[in-house]
Amino acid sequence: MTTGATPEPSATASLDKPAPPGPPPAAATGDKGPGQGPRLVLGKLFDLHTLSLLGVLAILCVIGAITAGDQFLDTNNLQLVLTQASVIGVVTVGMTFVMIGGGIDLSVGAIVALASVWCTTVATQEFGMGGMIFCALAVGVGCGLVNGVLIAYGPMVPFVATLAMMVSARGLSLEITGGSTQMVTVDSVLDLGRRDSYILGIPPLVIIFAVITALGWVLLNRTTFGRRTVAIGGNAEAARLAGIAVKRQRLMLYALSGLCCGIAAFMLVVLSGSGQNTNGNLYELNSIAAAIIGGTLLTGGRGTIIGSVLGVLVFTLITNLFVLNNLESAFQQIATGAIIVAAVLLQRRSASHTT
Amino acid sequence: MASAPPPILTLSGITKSFPGVRALDGVDLEVLPGEVHCLLGQNGAGKSTLIKVVAGAHQPDTGEITWQGEQVTLSNPVSAMRLGISTIYQELDLVLHLSVAENVHLGHERATAGFVRRGEARTRTSELLTRLGHPEIHPDTIVGDLSSAGQQIVSMARALSHDTQLIVMDEPSAVLDPDEVGNLFRIVENLTADNVAVVYISHRLEEIRRIGDRVTVLKDGRAVARGLPAKETATKDIVALMTGRDVEHSFPRRATPFDDAEGGEPVLVAEGLSRAGEFDPLDLEIRPGEIVGLAGLVGSGRSEILETLYGARTPTGGTVRVEGKRLRPGSVISAVRAGLGLAPEERKAQALFMLESVTRNVSISSLPRFSRGGWLDRSGERAAAHDNIRELSLRPDNPDAAIRTLSGGNQQKAVLARWLLRRCKVLLLDEPTRGVDVGARSELYTLIRRLADDGVAVLLVSSEIPEVLGLADRVLVLREGQVVHTAPARELDEHRVLDLVMEGSQA
Repeated sequence: MTTGATPEPSATASLDKPAPPGPPPAAATGDKGPGQGPRLVLGKLFDLHTLSLLGVLAILCVIGAITAGDQFLDTNNLQLVLTQASVIGVVTVGMTFVMIGGGIDLSVGAIVALASVWCTTVATQEFGMGGMIFCALAVGVGCGLVNGVLIAYGPMVPFVATLAMMVSARGLSLEITGGSTQMVTVDSVLDLGRRDSYILGIPPLVIIFAVITALGWVLLNRTTFGRRTVAIGGNAEAARLAGIAVKRQRLMLYALSGLCCGIAAFMLVVLSGSGQNTNGNLYELNSIAAAIIGGTLLTGGRGTIIGSVLGVLVFTLITNLFVLNNLESAFQQIATGAIIVAAVLLQRRSASHTT
Repeated sequence: MASAPPPILTLSGITKSFPGVRALDGVDLEVLPGEVHCLLGQNGAGKSTLIKVVAGAHQPDTGEITWQGEQVTLSNPVSAMRLGISTIYQELDLVLHLSVAENVHLGHERATAGFVRRGEARTRTSELLTRLGHPEIHPDTIVGDLSSAGQQIVSMARALSHDTQLIVMDEPSAVLDPDEVGNLFRIVENLTADNVAVVYISHRLEEIRRIGDRVTVLKDGRAVARGLPAKETATKDIVALMTGRDVEHSFPRRATPFDDAEGGEPVLVAEGLSRAGEFDPLDLEIRPGEIVGLAGLVGSGRSEILETLYGARTPTGGTVRVEGKRLRPGSVISAVRAGLGLAPEERKAQALFMLESVTRNVSISSLPRFSRGGWLDRSGERAAAHDNIRELSLRPDNPDAAIRTLSGGNQQKAVLARWLLRRCKVLLLDEPTRGVDVGARSELYTLIRRLADDGVAVLLVSSEIPEVLGLADRVLVLREGQVVHTAPARELDEHRVLDLVMEGSQA
């Protein structure tokens, strides 16, 4: 629902765009040795890939301002874009961890659906907002733990284990709702989605997203957990022989992804005021795509939270541009595919520049 | 042979630079038809780059390549192959789940309208294998089921399946046992008898003496000596050319022989440790400061014993104790916690994180020391790693360097630094000097000696018997999963150990 696509013009733009920021930081990413002057500062803050994504975002904004003008720049629209990005964004943060750790989680969309449905049943809503949040998080972590146990101790291939979870969690959410939409009746939850609860014009969901992003960045870059994640993704056998508890780390990664799904599920409930078994449709593909264009290696061992978040923003912005310009969503999907290909090709080129 | 035939391949003034490095700095090389031309040089001397230029995998920045009298451009590996140049790399590039015949014809399948003519491929593969003296390898065997020696034969068959006139072999003997090396030499001799030229790279001087005709020595991207007669040139002179120093590598001896009385309580005790089908029950004690060597052929159970002690393989019987505390069987975590460290045989696949910096490779086993509540003290981590790599004189002296840019010897030092930082009590070394050049080897020997002198117990596995004898205080000789002899190293010599290792395998 939130994600997905591109207008044709911006797809070409994004193909062209990565090139200009390309050459300069290529040197800075290579090694710190021959780095020079002011460029180095930027190169230190963001790598080549992040800079390219920022460039793409800037271009998309310009395109938006030109094609849709005031409509695009309207505060309401920007708030909407950010809110939509927030839900899938939180899922993508979890996905990024799993992918850096060398895995994949195809069940995120289904877990979001199940958690959103479970926390909006009549019985759960009796416990108020706290009960609903707890329920969403517990369902998310629970599903993630099942994934993790199957993958780490099964041991099963992540693709297969999470595929099974994807199908069964979807099935269970259909069983719970019987296909109907479960409306939220708890006022405090509904209030969160209302305009009056915006803080300095920022929707609470966006704040949640920002906090999760910051926590994810810290977890990945400043803690032993993050270091171990990179290690098992980079070389699982070497990590095992270095004395790292690889299985436990894998288990925790899938639990973390599940937790993010639980948070996203509650955010989605706030946003839509309801829980449905169709929630989170295609989240798995969209979050994987966002992580990939953000620079995460599908083979593990490398990736950044900032890159993934920028990837989400790019996709969300593109969807928004399509909607504002009344373009067909078919082209949007084609363009999304083109962007993924362009991002991976760019990754290749920058990688070969540095080696 | 020196004057008569014109050279089949001539390189002149080849230069090749990579960002920050000048790998080749005007190299000349001349290979005659039917000769074994040996390429010698330390790691980083430019051997790998040079053979990649010959194989068409790298394009030289300047310089000329002449093949059979004509100037050529080798723009990619296929064009080199078309001319008749094949390369057998150190890491064999076979598809493990395909059959021998499929591997041999990979990339130039014999086909009619897209359908592979399997019968023909099989027959031709059999012919090639027979020519290589290995008719017993069946063309339908899955390559992954073959030993590494067998896989190397398949690589050679693949090279010969093209109309090859020059084969480059990059350290072909590194993965082979002594008896298999003999077979390799026979193959090389047959090839040269057919007038195929061989460019042979090896760290082992004695091999070069046995099969080489001429030697080119590389140092710092230059050919410092070209076309030396392989059999007559003194080892001392070759080593001097390679290192720029006049030394043979020597083993740092401990001042006094390690005595049963000193050292005190054993730090590692294995009782009845066994793994069915791999090695028989084994009793082993190592005391602090002692170096114990395991000598044996590949497949004698050496690496298996090391990995079982370390918990990387689950034993089928017996116990391992470190300082009296019993390790959880089959748990690396328990072994590392108790103070064991392993420098595994396959450095890149089993020890290193190739995308990461030196610091991160060194600190990975000691993360808890640099963290409080999971929060990493990154400057402390970097400083400690820096201290350790400096102590091991790892080059470059830069903890932020990417590990993949380091030479084999320095990567091995990074692995040792990992366990030094962890302050491990028992160090298990599996082929610590494989793929490490002569100069760096001596340094590693000194380091291992020093670690032992500091009280670390060392268990050393090596295919090179002089290495085991030179470093170890006590040697266990293994044959087919059984310890057949134990003795202080000073009571053994190379011939005795070789006898013990091979005895019975003749039968």
